[in-house]
Amino acid sequence: MSSSHNPSVEAHEEGVKARVGLWLFLLSEILLFGGMFLLYSMYRYKNPGDFHAGSMELSRFDGTLNTIVLLTSSLTVVVALHSLHIKRSKARAVFFLLTTIALGFTFLIVKSFEWTAKFQHGLYPGAKFLESQPHGFILFFGLYFTMTGLHALHVIVGMVVLSFVTNFVIREKIKPERINIMENGALYWHLVDIIWIFLYPLFYLIT
Amino acid sequence: MTYPRYILVWVGLVMLTALTLTSASLELGKVSIVVCLIIAAVKSTLVILYFMNLLFEKRLLLKMLVPIAICVLAIFIGLTYTDLLFR
Repeated sequence: MSSSHNPSVEAHEEGVKARVGLWLFLLSEILLFGGMFLLYSMYRYKNPGDFHAGSMELSRFDGTLNTIVLLTSSLTVVVALHSLHIKRSKARAVFFLLTTIALGFTFLIVKSFEWTAKFQHGLYPGAKFLESQPHGFILFFGLYFTMTGLHALHVIVGMVVLSFVTNFVIREKIKPERINIMENGALYWHLVDIIWIFLYPLFYLIT
Repeated sequence: MTYPRYILVWVGLVMLTALTLTSASLELGKVSIVVCLIIAAVKSTLVILYFMNLLFEKRLLLKMLVPIAICVLAIFIGLTYTDLLFR
């Protein structure tokens, strides 16, 4: 390290270490949601009819729209990374990062409309109407609010992270040859997308 | 890797979403959940390989992490279900 001091090699090594660290974090996230998916599958196995009835209450349109929004945001973040790293265009990178954050915001707006509609129909944990429903139906909505709520929290965290990344790109703290912070922010955003890919059919598409 | 490749992957992801949605309205019964999960698995594989760039990853450790996560989850889920089904 002392005799062969090479900044580009050093930056590369740092990038690899940062990436390994972030992937380990992503694994712990997968296990966190994995436990919830396991709980979901067992309750669904025991109450198939109630889960179907619960799913019928959800808006397939909103779920599908949000799926498309998140998939598109994954595309824009990877294009932002490519713009800075390969094309070395700061302006394009900032544009696509801001688009990604805006899409995350769109996702949250759709989600909030969805939740508001559920609240108005008396479908929220502890509501008198929900408490009077069959056991499996209550479990379905408990899992729905917990899992999509935790996911929405991840979307918010991802947006905060990407805001910092945008700021760093503008101030040139993240440069084309030193992009590991941006790379890791993008990886986290993709994980949030992957979790939604599984939440979507499990909650909205029960037949 | 260029923009068109990413856009192609995105088109694939959107088409798979449409396919899941269609499969859900076909009244497939018990097979429906299997179809949905297979499509979700294909979609996440596309995201992991192309968007998260694991297809071009050279480090063995990073290549192994996702299979390791899948194995751990499979053990979790498998053991829980043997308890649930044979209790």
